[in-house]
Order: sequence, then C-alpha cells, then structure tokens
Amino acid sequence: MTIPEGSQQKALSHIRICDFTGQLAGAGATRTLAAFGAEVIRIEDRLTEGSWDILRGNGPFVDERRGNELGGAFNNHNVGKLGISLNMRLPNAKEILTKLIKISDVVTENFSAGVLDRWGFSYEEMKKIKPDIIYISNSGFGHYGPYSSFKTWGPIVQAVSGITFQSGLPDMPPAGWGFSYMDHTGGYFMAIAILLAIYHKKRTGEGQYVDMSCTDAGASLNGPAMLDYTVNGRPLKRDGSPNSNRSQHPLMIPHGIYNCEGVDNWIAIAVRTDQEWRNLCSLMKQDEWLSSQELETKEGRLKNADQIDKVIGSWALGFNARELMDLLQAAGIPAAKVQKPPERVDQDENTAAWGLFPVVEHLEMGRVRVDGVPVKMSQTPPVIEKGAPLLGQHNKYVLEELLGYTNQEVQNFYSEGVI
Amino acid sequence: MIKPENAGVLSNLRVIEMGTEIGAWCGKLLADMGANVIKIESLLGDRSRAYEPFYQDNQSAENSLFWWHYNTNKQSVTIDIESKQGQDLVRKLASKCDVILDSYEPGYLDRLGLGYDQLKEENESIIVAAVSFFGKNMPYSSYAMTDLTAIAFGGPAWSCGYDDHSIAPVRGGGNQGYQTACHFAMIAIMAALVYRSESGVGQFIDVNMHAALNVTTESGSYNYLVNGESVQRQTGRHAGIRPSPGTQIMGPGGRYINVGFPARTEEQWFTLLAWLEEEGVLGDLGDYLSPPNRQSLQIGDQKATEQLTKVMEAISSMAADKDPFELFCEAQNRGLQWGIVNAPEDVINDPHFNARGFIVSVEHPEIDSSFRYPGAPYRFEKGQWSIRRRAPLLGEDTKSVLMDDLNLTELEYQKLSWEGVI
Repeated sequence: MTIPEGSQQKALSHIRICDFTGQLAGAGATRTLAAFGAEVIRIEDRLTEGSWDILRGNGPFVDERRGNELGGAFNNHNVGKLGISLNMRLPNAKEILTKLIKISDVVTENFSAGVLDRWGFSYEEMKKIKPDIIYISNSGFGHYGPYSSFKTWGPIVQAVSGITFQSGLPDMPPAGWGFSYMDHTGGYFMAIAILLAIYHKKRTGEGQYVDMSCTDAGASLNGPAMLDYTVNGRPLKRDGSPNSNRSQHPLMIPHGIYNCEGVDNWIAIAVRTDQEWRNLCSLMKQDEWLSSQELETKEGRLKNADQIDKVIGSWALGFNARELMDLLQAAGIPAAKVQKPPERVDQDENTAAWGLFPVVEHLEMGRVRVDGVPVKMSQTPPVIEKGAPLLGQHNKYVLEELLGYTNQEVQNFYSEGVI
Repeated sequence: MIKPENAGVLSNLRVIEMGTEIGAWCGKLLADMGANVIKIESLLGDRSRAYEPFYQDNQSAENSLFWWHYNTNKQSVTIDIESKQGQDLVRKLASKCDVILDSYEPGYLDRLGLGYDQLKEENESIIVAAVSFFGKNMPYSSYAMTDLTAIAFGGPAWSCGYDDHSIAPVRGGGNQGYQTACHFAMIAIMAALVYRSESGVGQFIDVNMHAALNVTTESGSYNYLVNGESVQRQTGRHAGIRPSPGTQIMGPGGRYINVGFPARTEEQWFTLLAWLEEEGVLGDLGDYLSPPNRQSLQIGDQKATEQLTKVMEAISSMAADKDPFELFCEAQNRGLQWGIVNAPEDVINDPHFNARGFIVSVEHPEIDSSFRYPGAPYRFEKGQWSIRRRAPLLGEDTKSVLMDDLNLTELEYQKLSWEGVI
C-alpha cells in the first residue's frame, strides 16, 4: 500500500520525556521521538543559558546575527521539543524537576558520568520519585570499564570503535568520516533503547536503567570484519587494506568511485554479477575484456582489479557523472553520482517527492529547512513542524499547565532566577 | 503482567523476515533483544550465504561470516514463496506474527499476495516494515543499487575522503548504508509496537534508505539547508566550509591518534601546555592564553589557524617516540578528549571493550567451536541483549516451525518437501 497523508494520530503521543540531552548524540535521539509524537521537555541550565550544548550558539547562521538562540545545528537537532530553563543549583529547581519526573515516562541524558548524581537525581533517587521511571544514559564509553571517565565526541567515538579505521584507501591515513556519523548513529541507538525500555515497561510494569555507550554501539557496526579476525585470524590492517571503496563483504569487482568530467564530480559503480560485468564491457566497448576468460569470473577480475579500475577511471572521465549514471542504470549496473548537497537536497526527485526537508518556524531564526524523517507510517505518520525551543520558551506551559504552579509562583521563579 | 526471567525485552514478539541482506541488521537488532525472528529463505538459501569472508576461507552455504554475523538468534525456514502453496504457508505464519520485515524490492511481496493489504485481512494488527533503497512508489525505485551507490547518492560519501581532491571521495566501510536504513526501520517498528500496545492498531511502515542517508550527514545537510553552503571533505576530520588543520597524528608502528580539537576549553589548554612543556616541545605556544578559537577557525581566521597548526606540530613531535595506545590513555587521564584509531581487531583486543563484556562467545556446535562476536550496543538492566544461538543452518527450523506453529502433520510436511515447496 501507499501511505496516505493527513492522518492525525501520533505513535508516541502518550509518552513524556524529561530530556537533559544535547549536542547530536543525545539530542538526535529525542528529536526522532518528538517526530513520532512524544512530548519531549528539554531542560537547559538557566545560569549558563544552555551553553553546555555548544551547538546553541554555533554556526551555521541564517544571517549576520549571532548568539545563543541562533545556532542552525541546534535548531536542526531539537525540532519539535519543548524547552524549559532551570538553575539546578537552587532548591526550588530541584522541586520543579521532582514534579516533572513524577509525570514523565523517561529521563534521558548524555552528560559526563555523575552530573545527575551531583544534583541529587541518581537513578536510585529518581526511582523514589517514580518507581517505574525509565532512565537512559548515553555516554562515550558507558558508565563502567577502564575508559568510563574518558571524554569523547563523534570523531573520538569513531576512532576508538573501529569506524574511522575502516574508512579509507590503501597506504593512506584513515579517511574516517567527514562528520559525526556516530553522533547520528549513537542517537539512533539511544532512540531504539528508549523505545525498547518503554515496550518492556508496557509488558511488565517495570522501569529500568539503560547504560548506552556510543563506542559499544559503534563497535557493533563492524561485524564481518571482526569475525574475519576472530574466526580466521585475518586482521583488517594488512597489505592493501582497508580499501572501503572496494567491497569485501561480498567481494565485487569492479567496485569503486571514479572521476568524471568537471570539478570534483564522481560516480560510484558496483558490479555484482558476471552478467553486469558483461553489460559493463559492452557499454565500454571493451571487446578484449569480453573475450578474456580470466575476467569472466570474480576471482579473475580480483587479480586484475587495479588495472580494471584504471581503465574505468579514464573512461569515466569523458562523461558527465549524472549522464553516465543514467547510461549505466539503463544497462542494469548499480551506479550513482556522488551527490553534492545542492544536488541531493534541491535537484533530487526522490527527496522532493518524499518531502524530506521540511520547513520549521523558529522564533528567532524564522523559517528554516531541517532534516526530515526517512520513514512513513500508515497510521501514525511522523511529523516535523516546530523549530527548536528558545531557552525556557515553554516554562509557563510546563510549570503551569503540567506541573500545576500558579502564575504568581512562576513569576517568582523568574525573579529568583530559578527558571 | 509477566516477569520474563533473563528473557529479552522482545521475547513475546514474533517476526517474519523476508528479503535481502539490506534489512538483515534490523532483524538482528530485534532478534538479539529476544524476538523470535523467522527468516524465510528460498530453498537455495539467502543470497548472503554466498558472501565473503568464509570460515577457513572455505565457501559453503554454512560458512559465510557475513551470514553468521547478521543472522544471530534467527530461525531459518525455507519456503518457495513463488509457489501458491508456499504463499499459503507464509500467510498462515503471518497470521500468528506481530511484525513482518520486508527488504525485497518494493511491490514484490504485493505481487505474491503477501503485501500489507493482503496480510492485514487475516491479522488486523500486523505491522509490516518495508526497507528499500528509495521507498515505495517513489522516484528512482527502478535503479539498481548497492551500499556503495546508496552512500554516494545519499550524501555521506561527499563529506568523506582526503584533503587532496584528486583522490576519490570515500565510502565508510561496513555496509553502513544498509545499517542506517535499518536503524530507522527499528525505531519505526518499536514506535509502532508501542502504539499498538495502546491502540491495538497495526500499520505499514515505509523506510527509504536514500532519505535515511540524506539525514545522516550532519553539517553536509544543515550547512546547505541553513545558508546554502556546501562542506568540502578533509582527511580524517569533519568536512568544512573552510579548510582546517589536520587532527590525526601517526605514532610508531603506523598507528594513528585522533586529537580531534586538541583542547576545547581554557582548562584543557593549560593542561596541554603543561604537558608539552614537560616533554620539551612547548616552543612559543606558552604565549597563547587560550585554545585556538573554534568560531574564528570556522571563519578561516589566519591567527587561529596558525596557532592550531603549531599545536599539531608540537603534539606530533611529542608522539614520535611514544606508544600510541599509552599516549591516548595519558591524554585522556589528563582530561584531553583524544582517541586511538582502532582497527576492528584492535577493538577485539582492547581492555575497555573486554572489561565491559562487549566481546561475547558464541557456540557453533556442529564444528565443535566457539568464536568471539561483537556484543551489546546497549546495556539493559532487565530484558537484556544476548546471542542465544548462532545464525541458523539453511532450513534448520523449517520442520519445527511448520509442525509446531502451523500444526502441519509429518505427512503434510513430507509432501510439501517432496513437492519442493519447502
């Protein structure tokens, strides 16, 4: 079936999350849950104006203005959330947090170890407030083990978990990932963990503590290479390896990224079968290859991989990358241009038809496009509509409507610097 | 209310997985948390059983390490789903299942009468999640794709590679394109299960890998979305609008350390200076009172860039004769967030991953061996992650599933087998 638009139900509209996460590894998790309908209440420090999350005041910016309410990445990672400000050093703030935990299903954070404990909100204390609370902590190395006090951010997680090493070409330094892949993916794992814990609670009535380590998550993404080592004793660090533009699982030859006409234009080509190889030879008018017995098989092509790559490389240079992609696709050969941001965001029929990059309204930045959701659901379509909250934007709603404080009490909290 | 003892969070869940390797990671995420995942294979076996590497480099349907990794805890049931009888069997199984994970090309199962609309007739609350390269009934659905072409077309490859742009952009290894789509499939399935436990209502989920990759590029997307700028790839560090100094230091033995942004705060800056002074490589860095300003670096400020370049030179000369692993630990113990660049085999031997019990042992009784596997991505107090059984042998569970779950008699089972349906 094709999924109709316009249904109003949300999958998680009955779930409330008391959210201390930030950056991307944490904020990315609750961003996704907010898109599925969870009420995510992001708590930020009143005194330092939320600057613990360095993305708050960091670029990209929509115009010349700068400041803590104008960070483009912060907006992207916090769409659809409510925001409150608390100064956790003050007793009244602890009372507010206690009330909020009482009406929440989940508490999330990606602080360094021990921050919630210092405020008096260890898991044990939170259980006293709400016995079936779910507490998910996301850190670089987890809350136990020799590196648990070590600090990380995306590139460090990627380095230690093996993700950086397996991205690169032979006899070159690691290319790694040109972005925090493990902040995105740590956020995905955290969202999965939160939902698993919610599911468990619905089955059993039990809350629990989940210790999520981004380096564990990263290391779990390299299975076949790890098993090649533990089972066959073959390390990835060996002559001619890694070469992540080639394919090892399964072997495919040719399989690479080749230069095309113009500045920094590239095409990825992957030949999965002998039939696709013959189709490629015909397209390239490589009669010599077609008649070669050795090259008929993957094993034979593997022996000549560098030479094959060289010939394809000089052939591809004569083509416009997008036109070559269409030619190869017409011959049934997997091929795709390495798309640049404007190409995949503004000139791509699939992202356009999907509506992948929605516009949100942010109170200071105005209308901004953000990353959307790559999933459609027939009954509960995920939606991104609202920009990230300003610092304390929803103090009044959360404290008065949800926690039952009077307008006067909220005014006092403001003047005392509690919120 | 049940109290599952040592059973995974999903131990009451029954799943059918049909399709190709692009959805296998999602099936594993479900199965490793306790779900009973029935993988329906053709009689010849899933195509990934022929994927390298093989146990002792000996190719057979039971020896693919790719298959071993992605199919832990699953059951293998061989059914010819192109036959009418085979389709009836799948429909009967589906009527007793919670989730169908479909990673065939979009529309294939509909043509066989096994699509969401058809399965829903007998199981109203079923959840069907389809994982494909471009989503259902969407532009480009007819393109032939692999992990490489998906990562190239979807955006990540543009941001990865080397400072020298005459070298091709790089695909991060490990089939991360498939795995990224599977992470979204898993999130959506779990959200649908939570919704179903409230409402009783199932649904169809459409996962678009191209879209999943497009929203997994960090600044590759948001710099363009916010102000129309495109990042450029750099060796071993974030692609940027403007070039920034390198962050990887090679130590003895060719092992790298990523110092990221070597000092992020004033406190870290003075820690670093004191360390460089102890090592006798401080140079004139002591004249700087604070770390190179990140904002200034982003706008290409010459002085900040020069300062960072000097810092990296000093760290490089300090690292030249030190064991990289010890240097990484020492930096972290001094409060600097540096990372050792581990190969997968280094992770297997790393003290932290071992102390956490991340490396687990999995028995393969038919070859009388146990092997170490990567373990839990998250630690649950209750309903833990576990590998209870190695990946299934081809058709290993066909008989038990059909006879126990579908109540087929021995005679019916033999007849279907004789007729080549199972």
